[in-house]
Parts: sequence; structure tokens; C-alpha cells
Amino acid sequence: MSFNQDYISHPVFGQVDYFNKKNHQQPNQHTPYYSVHNHHQTDAGKQKTLDPIVTGSSVIAIKYNGGIVMGTDMLCSYGSLARFNSVQRQKQVGTHTVIGVSGELSDFQSLSNTLDDLTTDDFCIDDGSKLSSQEIWNYIARLFYNSRNKGNPLWNTVVVAGNQNGKSFLGKVDLVGTCYQDDFIATGYGAHIALPLLRKEYDDNPNGLSQDQAVKLIQDCLRVLFYRDARSSKRIQVSVVDSNGVKISDPIELDTYNWHSGEAAVRTFQQVALGK
Amino acid sequence: MTSVGSGYDLSVSTYSPDGKIFQVDYANKAVENSGTCIAIKTKDGVVVGVEKLIPSKMLCHGSNRRIHAVDLHIGVGISGFLADARQLVLRARAEAKSYKQIYGQPIPVKVLSQRVAALCHVYTLYGSVRAFGCSIIISGIDQEGPQLYQVEPSGSCIGYFGASMGKGKQAAKNELEKIKFNEMTTHEAIKEIAKIIYSVHDEVKDKDFQLELGWISTTETKGQFNMVPKDLQSDAESYAKNALEEANM
Repeated sequence: MSFNQDYISHPVFGQVDYFNKKNHQQPNQHTPYYSVHNHHQTDAGKQKTLDPIVTGSSVIAIKYNGGIVMGTDMLCSYGSLARFNSVQRQKQVGTHTVIGVSGELSDFQSLSNTLDDLTTDDFCIDDGSKLSSQEIWNYIARLFYNSRNKGNPLWNTVVVAGNQNGKSFLGKVDLVGTCYQDDFIATGYGAHIALPLLRKEYDDNPNGLSQDQAVKLIQDCLRVLFYRDARSSKRIQVSVVDSNGVKISDPIELDTYNWHSGEAAVRTFQQVALGK
Repeated sequence: MTSVGSGYDLSVSTYSPDGKIFQVDYANKAVENSGTCIAIKTKDGVVVGVEKLIPSKMLCHGSNRRIHAVDLHIGVGISGFLADARQLVLRARAEAKSYKQIYGQPIPVKVLSQRVAALCHVYTLYGSVRAFGCSIIISGIDQEGPQLYQVEPSGSCIGYFGASMGKGKQAAKNELEKIKFNEMTTHEAIKEIAKIIYSVHDEVKDKDFQLELGWISTTETKGQFNMVPKDLQSDAESYAKNALEEANM
């Protein structure tokens, strides 16, 4: 009996066939065992995350004088469908760290639970020290590297931002466990669209940015992303981490240019209304 | 066999002719030799206090803690063998974590207490093990509000408004019975507990002691179990010392 596996081995939203599933070698069809036994040995029973399903788009963050500003939109897409439009993609971890996550939503939720367990353990130890942002960043990197080695990666890119003892920390971890620190970080589409904007603003201000400048820059970047990235939305959240701790904003609706066509597109609303 | 247990105390799996399990009685004795631990449940939270006896002046301040957090919203106070109790605390933390993973919400204090009690009880059933030589007071806040449970070596698990155990159990109980629990705040309870522990402490017979205080309150600690901050603790201790001096005059 031949058993056609093609219909289950396609990724649901196959952007990239990372694990070469389409050319997957069929198990030996000529084993001497009877076919029922063979049927149970197909890999359907231990399917791994080979493709993200519900995804969040970019995270962007930049250091300013005295802290870090991080921004995300609140959209989680189902493939190309804008499915969930009010999902918080930032999370406070411990006392002075915030993470922003792009990629698979369910993996983010799982990561959240893992980190909550970690901070609860830290709370129970009660020895006067708390996990630093760098420790959390490194923990996530180890976690991600470990699961990708099992061939079952957590499909996220995580930005970790924190401020402790007057020092800011900003780092990034991706789904294979690659990690680095920088003064400004963008993930996903933002790494193409927003990163040059962050870099320019950072270089234009050799003495560092103020908090207001940084917040405005992050909002501007998210606005550009809304124009250019088809998996983004204008509903955003901006978090500020400084010596006062973590503050994640309520949802903000970005102002955008008017989207009229024709005459209205080149005139302001008032000009049209006054008939000029 | 000597007269004490007449051979019926060799194993926890043997009853004496009058229906006792001597090993459990002995475990309770171990608790009675330990520093007093009391807790008060108020309308907005719970306060736990332990009279931590200091066996040597060379110990670091704050070592051998007898109050531990188990989860964000639950903490325990200990009387009896510290090493035995730490095992229970470890187990309680594991239970709290697994409950959260399975049910997606914090473990109710009653459920946690019953699970810890079940563990204590299992250790009274087999000849190959001995009972835990400690009692613990479990306090916390959940959907039902503030909760206070006491778990004993026998595996009993009982809810209280005010509970006491250890050396000064009876004396503390007499004091606790005078309290109107529903009218008290956690701030008042801190002072009350400090006063009771100081009055119960036997200066002549006992070693030096250190007061350990833990609390949880919906208003004061945002529903988290914390150690009482230094300033509040020293206020309570000076209040207790004054009250004691006045009583002695």
C-alpha cells in the first residue's frame, strides 16, 4: 500500500521551506513489516513547529539618555489575514525589564509562562537580588538555542530592554538563539525599514537622545512600518524603561496622512471643504 | 524495651494498644521544643510571626529563615525541624508551579495546604519513613480572600482565624482568643503578633531570639507575600517591648 504524505507535509503558510519538507525522503516503503506498523511510524505524531501560524510583526527599540524606548504594533496576523488587532506584544519581566516579541504568538505566550515561573522562583528565593536584564536576555538565548537544537524552535525574535543601577541594557535574541546587544534594535520587517531611520537619528545626535525625541522616533518608525509593512497596524504600544522602572503605554492610534484619492489627496480636508 | 513506647514506637506503621501512633506524637514533641510561630488573619490579609531562637552568637544575621514565600500570593511560617520544613516548602513551591501550569491560575491556599498535608500524611503510613518533625502555617490570599491554614505532622490541615504552634503555643492561644479578628487591620496585627511573641518568650530558659515577620495584604502589599519592612518591624518591636515593660510594672 502506498501512502501519500504530501497533503500533510506542506507548511500551512509556506513562506520558506526551512526543513526541506517538500523533498522529504519517504521512509523505506519495502520494510518487511506489515503496513499498520509502518503507518504508526510516520512523523505525523511528532510534528514540530516548522512554520509560524499567528504572527506579530516588528519590534523596534532605541536607547536614549537615561533609558530605553521600545515600540510594537498590536496586530497578530493569521498568515496575511489581519486576524487579532489588539494583542499586547510587550511584557514586563521582573522589576526592571521589558521584552518585545515578534513571531509566533503561541510561542510568545509559552515564553511568557516560562519567564513568569522564572521570576516567581526569583521572588521566592528573596535574597535581595533580582534577575538583571542581561540574565533574562541570556536565559532566553539559551532557551531558544536549546529548543532549536531539538529541531523544535520557538518561532520568535525577542528584544530585551532594561535599566538598572543607572545603566541601560538592550539586546536581541532570534529563533535559533543568535543574540547580541546594541544601542538600537529592530526585528522583522523593521530590520529593513526602521533600522536605517534609527541609525540616522542616533548618529545625528552624538550626545544622545532625549526621552521625548526617542518616543517620537519610535512612533515615526512604526508609522513608516504601517505604510510599508503589510503585516503591521497603526495601533501601537510604546514602553519606556528608565530608573523609575517599566511603563508600557495604553494602546495608541497613530495619526496617518489622509488616505483619500484624487483631489482630496493633494489638498487638506479644510481646503476641500471650503471649495478652494 | 524501655518504658516510654514499650516497643510500639519503633515504626509509624504500628499502633499502640490505646490507638496512638507514637512516632507522630514524637514529631509533635519536636514541634513543641521549637520557637513559637503565630499567625493572624485580618479582614485585609494575614500576618505571620516566628520567634526564631538563635543557637549561637556567631550566626549571621538573618540565617536559618523560618518564613518563606511559596508563590507570589502564599507564604509559610515554620515550627519544628527546619530541615524537614524546608522539604515541605520545596514541595509546596513545586505544587504551586504545577498548578499554575495546568490550570493557568494561581493555586488556591486551601488546595496547596491540602496537598502539603497529604504529603505529611503519607509519611505517617509506612515503616520505611518517619513523620515530618515540623508544623507549618500557610497563609495567603486567593479568590476567597485571606486564608490561614495550619498543617501538622499527622497530616491534618485546618483553617484558622488565629493559629499558634511551638513552645508558647498555649500561652499564645490564650492571647489570640481575645482578638476580634474581623475588626483588625494587618498593621495592628503586626504589633499584636510582636507583642505576643515577646510576651511568650522565656528569657530565663531560652536562648536569644530574633523576631521574623511576614505579611500579605490586598491593600498593603498588593496581594504579594512579603517580609515586613524594617521600619514597620522595628516599630512593632518597640511597641512590644513597651507593652511588656508596662505589664511587668
